[in-house]
Amino acid sequence: MGAQILFFLCAALILISAIMVVTVRNLIHAALWLIATLFGAALLYASLDASFIAVVQVVVYIGAIAIMFIFAVMLTRRELLIKTDQTNANWPLALGLSAVMLVALGYVIGGFGVTLNTTPAAIPAGVDPLTLLGKALLAPEAYVLPFEVASVLLLAAMVGAVYVAMNKK
Amino acid sequence: MLNPWMFVGLFLIVGLLIPVAAIVLSALLAPRKPNPIKLSTYECGMETVGDSWVQFKAQYYVFALVFLIFDVETVFLFPWALALNALPFFAVVEGIVFILILIAGLSFAWRKGMLEWV
Repeated sequence: MGAQILFFLCAALILISAIMVVTVRNLIHAALWLIATLFGAALLYASLDASFIAVVQVVVYIGAIAIMFIFAVMLTRRELLIKTDQTNANWPLALGLSAVMLVALGYVIGGFGVTLNTTPAAIPAGVDPLTLLGKALLAPEAYVLPFEVASVLLLAAMVGAVYVAMNKK
Repeated sequence: MLNPWMFVGLFLIVGLLIPVAAIVLSALLAPRKPNPIKLSTYECGMETVGDSWVQFKAQYYVFALVFLIFDVETVFLFPWALALNALPFFAVVEGIVFILILIAGLSFAWRKGMLEWV
């Protein structure tokens, strides 16, 4: 029961602040509402006992990505925000596409055979799930290749960021 | 009640209550006699100049991007570091290769002068 109340509180926080993100006029306020949305997702992860993912959500999404959003907003000019419209002529198309996406996602998730009453798989007692994750990430028979590819991906992102910011002479 | 996140939740509630209590109490107790000088924006005693919405330097953005990439690197390295005692030598080397690949990116950014404040 308590878990359900927590879930609905988190869901309400996520939905309300997500709506605020796209309706608020001031972009800085939108970024702050985005932080509230991300924090709601972190709460959801915490309530699912996914502690590491919850901490990652706070550290990476709130700690780094939201800060980047705020820097990006501070690079814009204020007059731009006040004078432009928040919607354009394509909004019915966007609405239709989102509806299609919702139906498709529902179809795919329904195909997993997960119902609302499924009990989650238990974490084996006496084992630290994070140590298990660390072992799995680096085991040659498990995820070591994706692990190394991730570092190359991050390298590409860094080189791309530097290239975009570079003064091209 | 044994969930360790309960304590975080408690901290969250207390952390929200304290500033709210301070603001509400001061609104209830403080006398209000405003005048234009009192209502002007306080900025370390100086007269405020210009708009609060200033354009940042683009360089902040590059720092934020590089920070983000190393933040994500930490996410990958944290489980590795935790399991370090239980890992075979091969896996330890793999983690070091991961770090070295990212150091290549850092040295690239450094050599292009992205880490210098201009």
